[in-house]
Amino acid sequence: MDMNPIIEFKDFTYQYFSQAHPTLHDINLAIYPGEKILIVGPSGSGKSTLGYCINGLIPFAYKGEITGSLAVNGRATADQNIFELSKQVGTVLQDSDGQFVGLTAGEDIAFALENENLPVEPMRDRVRRVAGMVGMEALLKSSPFELSGGQKQRTSLAGVMVHDVDILLFDEPLANLDPATGKVAIEIIDDIQRKSGKTIVIIEHRLEDVLHRHVDRVIVLDDGRIVADLNAHDLVSSQILTNCGIREPLYVTALKYADVKVKPEIDPGYITTLECESTKKDLVAWQKSIVVDERENTNPSILRMADVTFSYDGERNVLEDIGFDIREGEMVSLVGKNGAGKSTLSKLLCGFEKQDRGQIFFRGEDIAYKTIKERAEIIGAVLQNPNQMISKPMIYDEVALGLRFRGVDESEIQERVEKVLKVCGLSPFIEWPISALSYGQKKRVTIASILVLDPKILILDEPTAGQDYRHYTDIMEFLVDVNKLGVTIILITHDMHLMLEYTPRAIVLSEGKLIADTDASVVLTDAEIIRKANLKETSLYNLAQKIGIEDGARFVQNFIDYERRIKNR
Amino acid sequence: MNTKFKLFSYDRVDTAIHRLSGLTKLICFLFLSFAVIYSYDIRVILLVMAFSIAILMVSKIKFSQIKLMVVYVVIFLVTNAVISFFFSPEMGSELLGTRTVIGELYGRYDLTAEQVLYQVTKLFKYASVIPLGMIFLLTTNPSEFASSLNSVGVNYNAAYAVSLTLRYFPDMQRDYRDISLAQQARGLDLSHKAPFKDRFKNALLIIIPLIFSSLDRIELISNAMDLRGFGKNKTRTWYTSRKFTRQDYTAILISALIFLATIAVSIFINQSRFFNPFK
Repeated sequence: MDMNPIIEFKDFTYQYFSQAHPTLHDINLAIYPGEKILIVGPSGSGKSTLGYCINGLIPFAYKGEITGSLAVNGRATADQNIFELSKQVGTVLQDSDGQFVGLTAGEDIAFALENENLPVEPMRDRVRRVAGMVGMEALLKSSPFELSGGQKQRTSLAGVMVHDVDILLFDEPLANLDPATGKVAIEIIDDIQRKSGKTIVIIEHRLEDVLHRHVDRVIVLDDGRIVADLNAHDLVSSQILTNCGIREPLYVTALKYADVKVKPEIDPGYITTLECESTKKDLVAWQKSIVVDERENTNPSILRMADVTFSYDGERNVLEDIGFDIREGEMVSLVGKNGAGKSTLSKLLCGFEKQDRGQIFFRGEDIAYKTIKERAEIIGAVLQNPNQMISKPMIYDEVALGLRFRGVDESEIQERVEKVLKVCGLSPFIEWPISALSYGQKKRVTIASILVLDPKILILDEPTAGQDYRHYTDIMEFLVDVNKLGVTIILITHDMHLMLEYTPRAIVLSEGKLIADTDASVVLTDAEIIRKANLKETSLYNLAQKIGIEDGARFVQNFIDYERRIKNR
Repeated sequence: MNTKFKLFSYDRVDTAIHRLSGLTKLICFLFLSFAVIYSYDIRVILLVMAFSIAILMVSKIKFSQIKLMVVYVVIFLVTNAVISFFFSPEMGSELLGTRTVIGELYGRYDLTAEQVLYQVTKLFKYASVIPLGMIFLLTTNPSEFASSLNSVGVNYNAAYAVSLTLRYFPDMQRDYRDISLAQQARGLDLSHKAPFKDRFKNALLIIIPLIFSSLDRIELISNAMDLRGFGKNKTRTWYTSRKFTRQDYTAILISALIFLATIAVSIFINQSRFFNPFK
């Protein structure tokens, strides 16, 4: 390529004024017009900071010290302001709901044009045209509450494309989307790049999901430095991902388990390009070698729902004839697309809402008469965002709060709080203010503040949302430990890896009805359930199909069992 | 979401009033309000009130939408009437310059015809502004509301803040509900059984998490707005603003005429802001 780079970092170092050390070190990176680049890295690696440098939020909104240079379109960003940059770089932020500033999709798309003082008539035309490019033309009058996550993201995309930007920057585009919508999002980004030839930069830690479509190069950031700048095939063949704590695609892990030598020659970067002839033999042999792990949970029932029906308005049933039986000590995931009734189900269990019909049994006893407060001693619910639960400045007080409300005496409170903090690995922080904790630690505090009430069942809403692989593993292994103490755990989730790795059983809701209650490996290989619940089949299943293994679900289950066994060893 | 919350429950109904631009409605609202605020002639006020109630009917606003507001207004008006009588029972005579006693009450409290007229007039003054305000709020799309504020000279940052509040209010409300339920599960007592001194403390247990979780959102919104050029120019245009049609001009003309007529009545017929039949 003899073109000039459209984005060029030269010996670029950046330090936030609020930090003691630079977040980015000696970045040298050239991105050329029309390229599609993926930037991956664990949390804290500096990948978001790199994005802020490109779109001008640094130094416009976040002050800090810059050395070296960064040029966009051949001009140093230091000489441009954020408004000039915003006409060259369009940024789609990760939370497509939070950044939706308009009261309708049309208004939101028009936002940048309004700020440019464009008269109304040409503005409407341009909005209609851009909405057409992302398939939103029929929904211009919809409010954000009427749009799905995917539609909000399309709106955001249109909102930055109203200016004819050269570069589209996506900051964790998959973070808030369910698997099926995420897949479509990657396809839309790809199509737009093909049609318009724009330069695309995607910042994301979910490597496998982005590699659903081709990318030209993957840049790996770790600890503020670029540690790799490779194509997908070379990257997954290397040790870099494992070293940085980024999850490699699951099918690559399977290949490695089967002792297949993963090398660039077999094109392992994408499941679609993977060359199978040479790998087939090893995989089939590995699959045969796995002893089927039969572990039936025969504990007595702890939570049973029988024919539960509920509606908010008395007209449309949000839940209809839901029935399932969870045994003591199980770890179950509750899945389904947004609006399928998952959170309503959890509200019924906690007693926040009351079912119109049907019963809920705890250890065989109908709990209809129990108040919210009494239910909390049986079933504890943890909200997704820890900031929504934390109301005290000190960890100790926060965890003690529920006990104080119950008038437990201070000496017993102390004993119970200390015990639960120990379980949660928070003992060293007992005297700390909560504001000094990381996101993952805050999450633990909220779990501790529920566990201290000694519930027998814990419901968690997306416990690992937005977490990178290392933090995800931390939180999940912690929940496994809690589970081993005898607490039954229900996880409301979109994360298919989580389902596969941690919950043997999945309950699937769709449009308020229970459509499946079976092994996670079966759910993620059943096309019908996948479609109804907005899931995506796992790449392990694609791999099984590619090499001609008939029983895909068995193959997936074998993989899980095998992995659990090496982890426990 | 079970409750599709809309502040002032703006409905997308299609009536002649809904079709007017937000700016028109704001101007008409201001003209008519000034008319009733200026005039102390009960005949004029009743006419304007009848007019605004007619408009209320045309815009198909249902009583259920405004019930709560009406109840508050009635309570306010009655309290206001009682208190003004006790504090200044002679206000009516002072303003009108005559004193016609129609009943003697206790001590210095005499009931005068002037006072009755004055208070009834004042009551209807307030009462006639209310339907006007409700028509404006209930038939104007919230973002048009912001754009019309901006076009009558309100700084666009402030006008946009109104629009943003409307945008994020339902989110905040949902968060509030979630947090409140989660805290109740931990044992927080929000019922009236809790002692009064604890209620404030208990409210904090919901408000603090609400503030902290909203702070994250504010950073995000302000980044998103910066990245799309908000604040770049001294002015901005509005996607929702509409071109003035003949109906708009007609509506403004009608309300301007009503306003001028009110002034004319004061100047030429009453020779003051007050109407005094007792002279």
